[in-house]
Amino acid sequence: MYNFEFVRPTTIADAVAALGHEGAQALGGGQTLLPTMKQRLASPEKLVSLTGIAEMQGVCISDDGHLCIGGATPHAVVAREAAKHYPALAGLASHIGDPAVRNRGTIGGSLANNDPSACYPSAALGSGAVIVTNTRRIAADDYFQGMFTTALQDGEIITEVRFPVPEKASYQKFEQPASRFALVGVFVAKYADGVRVAVTGASEEGVFRWSEAEAALSKSFTADALNGLTVPADGMIGDLHGSKEYRAHLVGVMTKRAVAAAA
Amino acid sequence: MVQVKMTVNGKAASGDVEGRTLLVQFLRENLHLTGTHVGCDTSQCGACVVHVNGTAVKACTMLAAEAEGAEVVTIEGVANADGSLNTVQQAFQDHHGLQCGFCTPGMVMTATALLKENPNPTEAEIRDYLEGNICRCTGYHNIVKAIMAAAGQDVSRIAAE
Repeated sequence: MYNFEFVRPTTIADAVAALGHEGAQALGGGQTLLPTMKQRLASPEKLVSLTGIAEMQGVCISDDGHLCIGGATPHAVVAREAAKHYPALAGLASHIGDPAVRNRGTIGGSLANNDPSACYPSAALGSGAVIVTNTRRIAADDYFQGMFTTALQDGEIITEVRFPVPEKASYQKFEQPASRFALVGVFVAKYADGVRVAVTGASEEGVFRWSEAEAALSKSFTADALNGLTVPADGMIGDLHGSKEYRAHLVGVMTKRAVAAAA
Repeated sequence: MVQVKMTVNGKAASGDVEGRTLLVQFLRENLHLTGTHVGCDTSQCGACVVHVNGTAVKACTMLAAEAEGAEVVTIEGVANADGSLNTVQQAFQDHHGLQCGFCTPGMVMTATALLKENPNPTEAEIRDYLEGNICRCTGYHNIVKAIMAAAGQDVSRIAAE
């Protein structure tokens, strides 16, 4: 990897200032960015580590009942500390990558990268979460804008993610066995005002909501309510791990499994 | 170059590193702690697993500068005070949990992290936790058996394969 300047500020203000320099790049846990830099697919001049900022760490419940996760909180901490508040989210966090990756990788890093096969984007979109940055609050419906593309501006930092806690939810991932990324992953969450279904791993546009399934499940929250519903293969990812048609089929299968497992 | 300071196996360690210096490079090249191996350098294989502030991490996917001020434990730091093998290491020897030995430092560090979190894991839990550690010799059977034995489980009825 090419060399760079490394800084590790301890406040959000200092991190924002450091990211104001041309060629600066935020570094979460580095579980994607460092391998990318080793391959010289990225070569920032300055890395601004966000892991030294205490106010971006940890899991708590806000006064209005939202589960709030600091942007620099590692997956392993979410798996442990969110378990009793939002088990489906904690379960998702506990199956990202492997144990060592989960001890470094962060929720903010995952959402900022918006890998089309990452797990967390489906939880954020499927829960209607709010992405809190150093300057604003972004609804998940506005945040994800296509593969590796988000509403974040240059130098904008995800400081916190706020999840409304559903009545029932489940995340079901069909793993690509080598990478452990989702070949297809479906997050289903049932709220008092309706059901949300978010799909990762499948679409060339990145994470998306399956609105037909949401409508059917909002009427009847049963796997049978999905009978006959399919997503078109057009626009799905097709690669050596699975064709477009295979992924489209898996979306239906994993959504049914998620509804059946929702708790 | 920046100076980094950390505690490695209970001793203060420091050195001048580039921003891009990986923790595993710092351990191997500056501190000459070559027990931590680099298998793949792409965070797949787990041969480089060390403990940073008590949790297992892949030292090839963490910068030395990110470990500033941290408590790092490597395979060189896990033996008993008198130099004899600790419970996990001894179990790997007793149950033939290695052949070429290249993956073993990472396996032992990961197994140790597992047993700290879950002192009495099932076989399935062990296999799940080893997901990020690759061994090309053993087929995992005896590694899993060694970890079960290190947890105090009776493995006498499990075949030696």
